[in-house]
Amino acid sequence: MKMIHSLFLINCSGDIFLEKHWKSVVSQSVCDYFFEAQEKAADVENVPPVISTPHHYLISIYRDKLFFVSVIQTEVPPLFVIEFLHRVADTFQDYFGECSEAAIKDNVVIVYELLEEMLDNGFPLATESNILKELIKPPTILRSVVNSITGSSNVGDTLPTGQLSNIPWRRAGVKYTNNEAYFDVVEEIDAIIDKSGSTVFAEIQGVIDACIKLSGMPDLSLSFMNPRLLDDVSFHPCIRFKRWESERILSFIPPDGNFRLISYRVSSQNLVAIPVYVKHSISFKENSSCGRFDITIGPKQNMGKTIEGITVTVHMPKVVLNMNLTTTQGSYTFDPVTKVLTWDVGKITPQKLPSLKGLVNLQSGAPKPEENPSLNIQFKIQQLAISGLKVNRLDMYGEKYKPFKGVKYVTKAGKFQVRT
Amino acid sequence: MSAAPAYSEDKGGSAGPGEPEYGHDPASGGIFSSDYKRHDDLKEMLDTNKDSLKLEAMKRIVAMIARGKNASDLFPAVVKNVACKNIEVKKLVYVYLVRYAEEQQDLALLSISTFQRGLKDPNQLIRASALRVLSSIRVPIIVPIMMLAIKEAASDMSPYVRKTAAHAIPKLYSLDSDQKDQLIEVIEKLLADKTTLVAGSVVMAFEEVCPERIDLIHKNYRKLCNLLIDVEEWGQVVIISMLTRYARTQFLSPTQNESLLEENAEKAFYGSEEDEAKGAGSEETAAAAPARKPYIMDPDHRLLLRNTKPLLQSRSAAVVMAVAQLYFHLAPKAEVGVIAKALVRLLRSHSEVQYVVLQNVATMSIKRRGMFEPYLKSFYIRSTDPTQIKILKLEVLTNLANETNIPTVLREFQTYIRSMDKDFVAATIQAIGRCATNIGRVRDTCLNGLVQLLSNRDELVVAESVVVIKKLLQMQPAQHGEIIKHLAKLTDNIQVPMARASILWLIGEYCEHVPRIAPDVLRKMAKSFTAEEDIVKLQVINLAAKLYLTNSKQTKLLTQYVLSLAKYDQNYDIRDRARFTRQLIVPSEQGGALSRHAKKLFLAPKPAPVLESSFKDRDHFQLGSLSHLLNAKATGYQELPDWPEEAPDPSVRNVEEEDLSLIETHVGLLGEYTEVPEWTKCSNREKRKEKEKPFYSDSEGESGPTESADSDPESESESDSKSSSESGSGESSSESDNEDQDEDEEKGRGSESEQSEEDGKRKTKKKVPEGKGEASSSDEDSDSSSSTSESEMTSESEEEQLEPASWRRKTPPSSKRAPATKEISLLDLEDFTPPSVQPVSPPAIVSTSLAADLEGLTLTDSTLVPSLLSPVSRVGRQELLHRVAGEGLVVDYTFSRQPFSGDPHMVSVHIHFSNSSDTPIKGLHVGTPKLPAGISIQEFPEIESLAPGESATAVMGINFCDSTQAANFQLCTQTRQFYVSIQPPVGELMAPVFMSENEFKKEQGKLMGMNEITEKLMLPDTCRSDHVVVQKVTATANLGRVPCGTSDEYRFAGRTLTSGSLVLLTLDARQAGAAQLTVNSEKMVIGTMLVKDVIQALTQ
Repeated sequence: MKMIHSLFLINCSGDIFLEKHWKSVVSQSVCDYFFEAQEKAADVENVPPVISTPHHYLISIYRDKLFFVSVIQTEVPPLFVIEFLHRVADTFQDYFGECSEAAIKDNVVIVYELLEEMLDNGFPLATESNILKELIKPPTILRSVVNSITGSSNVGDTLPTGQLSNIPWRRAGVKYTNNEAYFDVVEEIDAIIDKSGSTVFAEIQGVIDACIKLSGMPDLSLSFMNPRLLDDVSFHPCIRFKRWESERILSFIPPDGNFRLISYRVSSQNLVAIPVYVKHSISFKENSSCGRFDITIGPKQNMGKTIEGITVTVHMPKVVLNMNLTTTQGSYTFDPVTKVLTWDVGKITPQKLPSLKGLVNLQSGAPKPEENPSLNIQFKIQQLAISGLKVNRLDMYGEKYKPFKGVKYVTKAGKFQVRT
Repeated sequence: MSAAPAYSEDKGGSAGPGEPEYGHDPASGGIFSSDYKRHDDLKEMLDTNKDSLKLEAMKRIVAMIARGKNASDLFPAVVKNVACKNIEVKKLVYVYLVRYAEEQQDLALLSISTFQRGLKDPNQLIRASALRVLSSIRVPIIVPIMMLAIKEAASDMSPYVRKTAAHAIPKLYSLDSDQKDQLIEVIEKLLADKTTLVAGSVVMAFEEVCPERIDLIHKNYRKLCNLLIDVEEWGQVVIISMLTRYARTQFLSPTQNESLLEENAEKAFYGSEEDEAKGAGSEETAAAAPARKPYIMDPDHRLLLRNTKPLLQSRSAAVVMAVAQLYFHLAPKAEVGVIAKALVRLLRSHSEVQYVVLQNVATMSIKRRGMFEPYLKSFYIRSTDPTQIKILKLEVLTNLANETNIPTVLREFQTYIRSMDKDFVAATIQAIGRCATNIGRVRDTCLNGLVQLLSNRDELVVAESVVVIKKLLQMQPAQHGEIIKHLAKLTDNIQVPMARASILWLIGEYCEHVPRIAPDVLRKMAKSFTAEEDIVKLQVINLAAKLYLTNSKQTKLLTQYVLSLAKYDQNYDIRDRARFTRQLIVPSEQGGALSRHAKKLFLAPKPAPVLESSFKDRDHFQLGSLSHLLNAKATGYQELPDWPEEAPDPSVRNVEEEDLSLIETHVGLLGEYTEVPEWTKCSNREKRKEKEKPFYSDSEGESGPTESADSDPESESESDSKSSSESGSGESSSESDNEDQDEDEEKGRGSESEQSEEDGKRKTKKKVPEGKGEASSSDEDSDSSSSTSESEMTSESEEEQLEPASWRRKTPPSSKRAPATKEISLLDLEDFTPPSVQPVSPPAIVSTSLAADLEGLTLTDSTLVPSLLSPVSRVGRQELLHRVAGEGLVVDYTFSRQPFSGDPHMVSVHIHFSNSSDTPIKGLHVGTPKLPAGISIQEFPEIESLAPGESATAVMGINFCDSTQAANFQLCTQTRQFYVSIQPPVGELMAPVFMSENEFKKEQGKLMGMNEITEKLMLPDTCRSDHVVVQKVTATANLGRVPCGTSDEYRFAGRTLTSGSLVLLTLDARQAGAAQLTVNSEKMVIGTMLVKDVIQALTQ
């Protein structure tokens, strides 16, 4: 397992703007194979993640309009590399607030230092954000000003101890004046609704994201009213697996700051409540250069909560030239280049259902599109976990102070698609 | 040198004009424009003694490197700063060095001495980082230095430094593969390491340097399995992948035992010799019924499956995939299903992850379709999926389709066919074709559907349909005359060559079904022949030939026309084909022999094509691997071996004392070479041999082997405490020891006075038996380890016999000191003698750390005398500080088992001080404790003064965090500080709980499976009365008795102090003598250790 040999960061226009080698230097020209594949794929999403070249293998990910292309020389589990590259991107996001070319270029030295710590000889070394932040402090405006005046640095002058402890994800000596622990239960509904409005497939994917600002070494346990709902769970390494197996309690010493505690799935065997319905009628007339477009959206099983933040995105067929629509609520845009129609609806009020209707201009002479486009719907329901999952209590051991605790529930549309 | 900068900057190539990289720096500004001058500027900045300027310069240089520009001409200026005090400058210099050292080898050597100094730094992190950089400098001349540094670091006190050593191994190996043998030795040593930190890295090194040396794994197999869950994610992947290969060589196939059963008696004969540890009584079965030997999974095989399963819940996709492939390759059929859910979960992840997972699911779903069937809908395709994901999902859906779910699958396919993504539509049509061939019931439906597609406007769709229809028709042509006619009509419109060719082939093949149309088609084709694609031309010739043979009256002229056209075609294939066909079909004088058989040649019934998945048989590559993904062997791919026919000797994984002595002969785990004293080698071994067999057959039970892995002799040698060998020190305890020593090392460093103190302690240690005689009433146990033990040995348990090994530490200090004094100057290459090849070569050790190490030894040795575990002496005191070491201060401690008032999670420890010196001792208090994570101490109030001859008692609380890690702290007087450590026996980590029998049973019911540890034992005669049993158990562990209805069962309950986890202990002594001990606790480590301790207490 030689793991990762080199890493190239490439932007959408094909510039290699950063390279890092962990062993001997590999020439940039190796990226030509990648560009070739990219050209062949036409769409960025279709670039194969693994490319074989005569002397190397290229494993790449596409994140936030950037390609992370790693050079591999020998057999290695591809997921290992992919997982690592995403971890790198996550770290950039975490450090710079965004994982963009500009942010990386502005912080190139920090990026280099991070990469140096994250891989040793191509094998991952320190990837936990808590540890990295002890080694290399993230830039803040204040600090960069102070640094430029005093000439001090971002590199931590005390060396981290976390790596040496039994709890590598938490740094030592955390202190807060206000001790807080917040949990966001976020559930996403993945669904495919067919033409007639019946559900082809639906399931709930949930995550619990935590924001923990607690001093010392708190030992938390989080219990649910109805833990049996969780069908398949994946854990942050801090969670004691045995305790979950036997008692269905999440017991853990948390990392400091923001992290994802668990992700879970509520199986499709359980009936999933679909909070919205869409009435649609999209038709293209044969031998004419126009078509009709009419959609109305309404609340269904919404558990008495308001559905907000509704957005409908439609990828129209290539032959569509323009759309002339009127909407009763919100606003719409149609991009004639990408053929994407976006309708920003906002909140649903049951008294007056929002609708969008009008004419579609087609390229004259072209055959009418065969398929009606599917509608991708986004929405959000505050204060509700659609699966019914409820946190029972949060207890803290190991520290004496009383923390402030909070749990928030949100339901969102995940990959929610209506076929028309 | 002066010309070099300009040159190399040119070489740097990609530097576009007007790159603004220096623009933001006011010092460089726009004043100097030429490159080399700018570099001069950087050099100047590097040469100043202002850190801020240096930092600025280094930042700019690193930015240049990041953009792939050449900065090698700055090497001399940069390398000077390697010893810079500013930590960030230093780091950036390291970055630079690693990048350019290879190009500037001579200059790079200048920096080496800095790293050598770093290697001896008291701070473990600095040692580690020095080794990291040193090993990353790819300069062949420093190979011997690297080798020495690695060897030294591999014996470092700090697990973090050892981890770095493991990382350095592959670096050195890639630099000079001749070092392999020596590196293997280091790997072997590090493999024995007990810390989770090291495990992943050393297995990585193993995989890279010597994956073929599977024998190195045997002894560490169980340990690796047990550590796995606590290793960091990246290490987990590497270990799991390695263990998959290991298991394939060491265990029998769980699925194919039937074939093995047919093996004859000869095989069984081998089995009888080798399987003695595995199946008790396998000899008899083998002899009596050679043909039938039921498959029993090796407990170690089971251990691996059991310990990897929880990792399916990891957040890391790579870990989940690694476990999934392990189950796929190793688990019995019935158990593989568990991985499906986890893999389906990964489909929500990033699209790259989806891509890889789907590839693997596609392969798995061919072999084990049932596994993914419940998740069929999770593979439904969304219009927003990228095409490559769509096609893979389609592949999976097709593999999963069967008689029952085909209607839903086809309905889905119907939606897909209307997609705008034409590549995807084509793939869908192919998929429909495959469903039709696989599932006979729907063949007609599919065919009709495809025929409807023929009127599709999109030519690609039509063409793809034709190709698929052609394949389907071949299966049952007779019924489909209509379809063929329909196809024939299409030749007018369809332009895609492949489709045209397919239609022509169909018409030719089944011309008897369309006797009227076929000649007409040929006529049309003859007309357009010259304009057709090659592939179509060939089929036209084919059609002509077939028609000529069946219907020569109508088509003779047409055929001849076509053949003549073909004869002058540009393509030689077509010319050849025409000549060849003519010879065959047109009877002539000479060629009669073949043309008589022309009909047979052309119109032979052809087998229908099989539509197969491209993922079929891909599983001969290890799933999850790069090779599997590419469907080609990648460089460095390790073939997954086939299961052995007969399992290799499973006893190799048993960990015994003999091996301990072997390993010890190489290099002691702590780095010092210790000569094995004669007396440890003596007679013990013979006796042990007799003992081995019963021991292993005793541990037949599920958890047996696991435990014996826990009691790996290495841990004994490491923990240096004979009592810990008795209490079955698990990983946790030995881990803590590493840290202890590490801390001790830091404390002890460089203090001369302490060394003399050490000497004192060492002397004390030899007197321990006498000292104990005073302190505790039952010293038989502790004495058993002295030379008188031989006579008692036979009656004692296996663990007991390990004692002498740990006692070997008591070698005279001089033998350890000797190498320590040898300072090796690594830079001085002339003086440098490469490390000798012999494994016994003593690596140098910093003398202070050695001293600290020894101090640790003394302390742990005395803290946990074995008598602690015997019920009588439980109330007796353990020594914390001996009279001599403490300069007159004697400190003992007892576990009082009273709840600690301050904090219920703490174990309360009574500390007894007495002053045997002739001066009063003042200001006794606890100094700053350096504790392993999680452990905390509630100090006792300071004792102001202790007059000579006086004694005092204080109570302190220690939260051991439910582990048997030692708590280390300092005892301070006004003048002195003593380093002491208290390590609790596992039984003291809990407090009794009182519950009813029903409650007990209810709780026990919740703690089944992995949380239950059962062990069989024989109760000696002396230990059969209720009173004795209860007394012995409660003496060993702080548990409360639970009332019990039946007379021969004993139940005890307690909760661990820190986490409050229940510990339930059941002793079932129904038969005379034979008993069964069960411990239920979610703290498995505690459970395991407890079982061991209780058994020991009961059987002695």
